[in-house]
Amino acid sequence: MENNKKTKIILIIALIILSIISLSIGVSSYNILDALKGNPDAMQIYYFIRLPRLLTTILAAFGLTIAGLIMQQLSQNKFVSPTTATTIDGAKLGAMLAIICFPGNQFSKALTAFCFALLSTFLFISIIQRMKIKNAIFVPLIGLMLGGIIDAITTFISFQTNQVQNINSWMQGNLASVTKGNYEMLYLIVPLVLLAFFFANRFTIAGMGEEFSKNLGMNYQKIMMVGLVIVALVAAIVLITVGTVPFLGLVIPNIISMYRGDNIRNSLWETALLGAVFLLICDIISRVVIYPYEVSLSLIVGIIGSALFLYLIFSDEKRKNKGGAS
Amino acid sequence: MIKVRSLHKKYHGRAVVKDVSFDIQEGKVTSFIGPNGAGKSTVLSLMSRLIALDSGTIEIAGKDISAWHTTALSKKLGILKQSNDIHVRLTVQELVAFGRFPYSQGRLNTEDHTAIAHALDFMDLGAIADRYLDELSGGQKQRAYIAMIIAQETDYILLDEPLNNLDIKHSIQMMKMLNRLALEKGKTIIVVLHDINFSASYSDYIIAMKDGRVIKEGIAKDIIQADILKSIYDIDLRVESFGKCQVCLYH
Repeated sequence: MENNKKTKIILIIALIILSIISLSIGVSSYNILDALKGNPDAMQIYYFIRLPRLLTTILAAFGLTIAGLIMQQLSQNKFVSPTTATTIDGAKLGAMLAIICFPGNQFSKALTAFCFALLSTFLFISIIQRMKIKNAIFVPLIGLMLGGIIDAITTFISFQTNQVQNINSWMQGNLASVTKGNYEMLYLIVPLVLLAFFFANRFTIAGMGEEFSKNLGMNYQKIMMVGLVIVALVAAIVLITVGTVPFLGLVIPNIISMYRGDNIRNSLWETALLGAVFLLICDIISRVVIYPYEVSLSLIVGIIGSALFLYLIFSDEKRKNKGGAS
Repeated sequence: MIKVRSLHKKYHGRAVVKDVSFDIQEGKVTSFIGPNGAGKSTVLSLMSRLIALDSGTIEIAGKDISAWHTTALSKKLGILKQSNDIHVRLTVQELVAFGRFPYSQGRLNTEDHTAIAHALDFMDLGAIADRYLDELSGGQKQRAYIAMIIAQETDYILLDEPLNNLDIKHSIQMMKMLNRLALEKGKTIIVVLHDINFSASYSDYIIAMKDGRVIKEGIAKDIIQADILKSIYDIDLRVESFGKCQVCLYH
């Protein structure tokens, strides 16, 4: 318990320091003190650009890591996350259809993205529930294949309607275009994370299987639905406001799980905090590496995330081999 | 008491439980024996509302199973299926704490903590309470799951093949512990067993099943007879006296 608290405090301090760094870098040379002193230009830059960007980064990270955590628990598989299990692909398809059918309407885009994300995730979960052998590698592979099929449909339709460039440009995870007025939908992440915390125990029980849940008098299907709705909402909101951020929902929950185990109630806040710290670091790198220009966030997350992911796989192997005697 | 009458269950058109009726006595250890596919596990799942029955009635403590609210039933009856392949990383303590879910929905009070400590103590798990399940041996894991069921404080405890993956020493410990639960705490224990001799020496009552039907039921002495066992398992075997109980020899 003590240890638990210490990690949380360290993560919160890291988050604050990174937030200050994130607020201080940018093309214009105003620093935070100028804004606090009341310099109108500085205040404008902070209020309309840098603060929205910081909040977007933190909220998107909270949402995606929690969504990954819930999916890994419900599917009983460590390699499942919104990006590897069709959720994001479904959301993309929905968002693209909304662009074609009701152009320019942010809300309808989010709603259709959510509906398609929910449908595709549900499809994925029902397929793996029917599978007799739940192989650790096979389950995410099915997710990737199914995602590939959905993605192909998206590409086909966008090609037919001359939307390929448009779609590709905003699917790339990108925080540079976030300004006041187009990120506020992300505030919905806050109640969703709180909801996830409220249901944390039930998600852990659901992860133990349907029979286990029934024995404890819990409605397994209902909890499954609650989890999937949270995941699909988060995925849709983040996709619309930020774009695709790979690996975040996969790597971060796995790192915390190695140290804290799978009792979500114990690990939920640390997972969210580490996710925010990680994404802030990636965002800061993406802004300084070819300063004053920026590289795409998903590129940086992809590079660091995939390296971390490989490290995780190999260290997990080592751990298993060492503990093989049991 | 659990009363089961004319129970039927079909899977994909194939009848796996056919016209099964029996009574389970309070405070006793009752074991189900029979060859693979006899329907023992299915009967256990039906009795614990894990699967729905096709026809027949199951009465638990005087109330039909369909009339029980699922949370209320989870305080009355606990079931553990063969569950060695769960990969969730929890500590023993955390797992046992989930046994209190029906009472506290996860927000543990002092009563819950007492029940958890007691269950850990009863299963002799105090020393490994903070270890993760995936670091434990098969026997320790099995004990942790049983401790969770004990923390659930149900009158009826149903276990599907609790001796799976256990060596002889741990199997004996497990069966002795189940007997203690019945004797000291008045729990009603219902187990599916594959080893006839464990069933013979550690259960008060045996229900023998084959092809979805109850072939024979009674106290151990009446069931562990060469001709009865031959008709159940279709193999040659001998029954000898060993101390005060009957043992079955086969090879």
